[in-house]
Amino acid sequence: MSRPDISVNICGVRLKNPIIAASGTYGFGEEYTDLYPLEKLGGISCKGTTLLPKDGNIPPRIAETPSGILNSVGLQNPGVEHFINEDLPRLKRQDIAVIANIAGASIEDYEKTAARLDETDVDMIELNISCPNVKQGGATWGVTCAGAASVTKAVRNATKKPIMVKLTPNVTDITEIAKAVEAEGADAVSLINTLLGMRIDIHTRRPILHNNVGGLSGPAVFPVAVRMVWQVHNAVKIPVIGMGGIASAEDAVEMMLAGASAVQIGTAIFTDPYVPVKAAEGIEKYLSDNGIEKIGDIVGQVKPW
Amino acid sequence: MSYFCGSYPIIEKTALAGQIYSYTLHCPEAAEQAQTGQFVQIKAEGYTLRRPISICSADKEKGTLRLVFEVRGGGTDKISRLNVGELMDIIAPLGKGFTVPEKPEGRALIVGGGIGAPPMLDIAKKYGESCTAILGFRSFDRIILDKDYAAAGANTVICTDDGSYGIKGTIAAPLKVELDKGDISRVYACGPIPMLKAAAQAAKDAGVDCEVSLEQRMGCGVGACVVCACTVIRDGRRQVLRVCKDGPVFKGSEVVFD
Repeated sequence: MSRPDISVNICGVRLKNPIIAASGTYGFGEEYTDLYPLEKLGGISCKGTTLLPKDGNIPPRIAETPSGILNSVGLQNPGVEHFINEDLPRLKRQDIAVIANIAGASIEDYEKTAARLDETDVDMIELNISCPNVKQGGATWGVTCAGAASVTKAVRNATKKPIMVKLTPNVTDITEIAKAVEAEGADAVSLINTLLGMRIDIHTRRPILHNNVGGLSGPAVFPVAVRMVWQVHNAVKIPVIGMGGIASAEDAVEMMLAGASAVQIGTAIFTDPYVPVKAAEGIEKYLSDNGIEKIGDIVGQVKPW
Repeated sequence: MSYFCGSYPIIEKTALAGQIYSYTLHCPEAAEQAQTGQFVQIKAEGYTLRRPISICSADKEKGTLRLVFEVRGGGTDKISRLNVGELMDIIAPLGKGFTVPEKPEGRALIVGGGIGAPPMLDIAKKYGESCTAILGFRSFDRIILDKDYAAAGANTVICTDDGSYGIKGTIAAPLKVELDKGDISRVYACGPIPMLKAAAQAAKDAGVDCEVSLEQRMGCGVGACVVCACTVIRDGRRQVLRVCKDGPVFKGSEVVFD
């Protein structure tokens, strides 16, 4: 048998493999090139970008948890103009799908940022309506159907680029939010963003994060993510990009069986920077070993009891 | 300059003081690149985050890195169970180190607090006798590397908070004495924030360049996640930088300590 085809097509964008570096864990793709070329990945979802530069939250911004981390970076980023002028040209010279991840404090912010990106050759826009770490905007959009729909609608009108809406798990029923953004023209959804959590230093009685609360990610959230991806895959027709605690090729395959057309890997990179590369290689081996010709054949193929 | 990620053999392990360990690894490529003041990210089996540990000394000829760390929790405890002959998984060397002139002029003043003492040992080796190291510790039983600094030729001054050895109190008094001598060309500091602040201020008052090594809770360690933020005034502008990639070493005069 010839080598299996692990390329995927997400809303018209071809990824040579289904592995995407998750926003916020991979910067703008510069930091890991000492270890391997960025082109080993199918795509990169860049650090959450806002219309204007943002300083982020006061540190500490990270706390370790059993099998994961809490973070409260607070969207520190150099702004969309910096992204367009400094990062995008470098990224576009490489064979990798470039996804801009955008956030804002108002609908107008999202609109303007998306409109600016519409003029560029970025491949896709991921709408972050689920950041738990900023006081304005962020997750406030993502926790109601009306809020999620209104941001999606505004951005849909501002750009012809494929839009992927990143959903928060901190809701009663994530499928309702997914259906709401699908109805407003989202081309894909990605999930899950982090689960809101908290750690306290029992000696100082202070929360470890200066923001008091932050987002939980890492292997700890993986089963929650698999469940939500499966539910959303069954609720919408648009592609689902799965993320949340993926740390191996086996995890990526599991997420795809649950219904993910591609996956994002984030926190696991902090433990082992090679995880995205190993996952891409491992997925190919899984397909070979099981006589499967192309990766699309396993998407959503879980056999529920 | 580049960094590496891999598992390297442990060729030496010693206990320096209660819960403080010294490891020497054979990793020629990282040792070759290492600059004084840089750090490594050590994998702790079973933990999500690696532990950032400063490089105490790099020997380019022998191809070795020496790492000194204190066990502070489960992760560092796990790492401290590794023994000679086993492998340590590290990402190294990382960050921006101290500015150490190729041909030192004048005298260097090294100020180290507790587990902040290790990353400046190679500065002492460079300056030899043209260097004073003021090292502060909680108590006699917490003193580390005093003999290493002395062996490098540094005039080594020890302070303890409880007066159980050397000068009683913080490094502030001997720091002033040394700076008042007027022949210090550079101050290097690593330790708790109040100590760094005091060293930076004293150096500024004396009109001497000062570099400080900062510590902050880190994520990736390579600059990608923007977790380990610190605020500096640089080019007349307030900027939030990354301790891991833009530092850990910064000019004492540019750091906003509060």
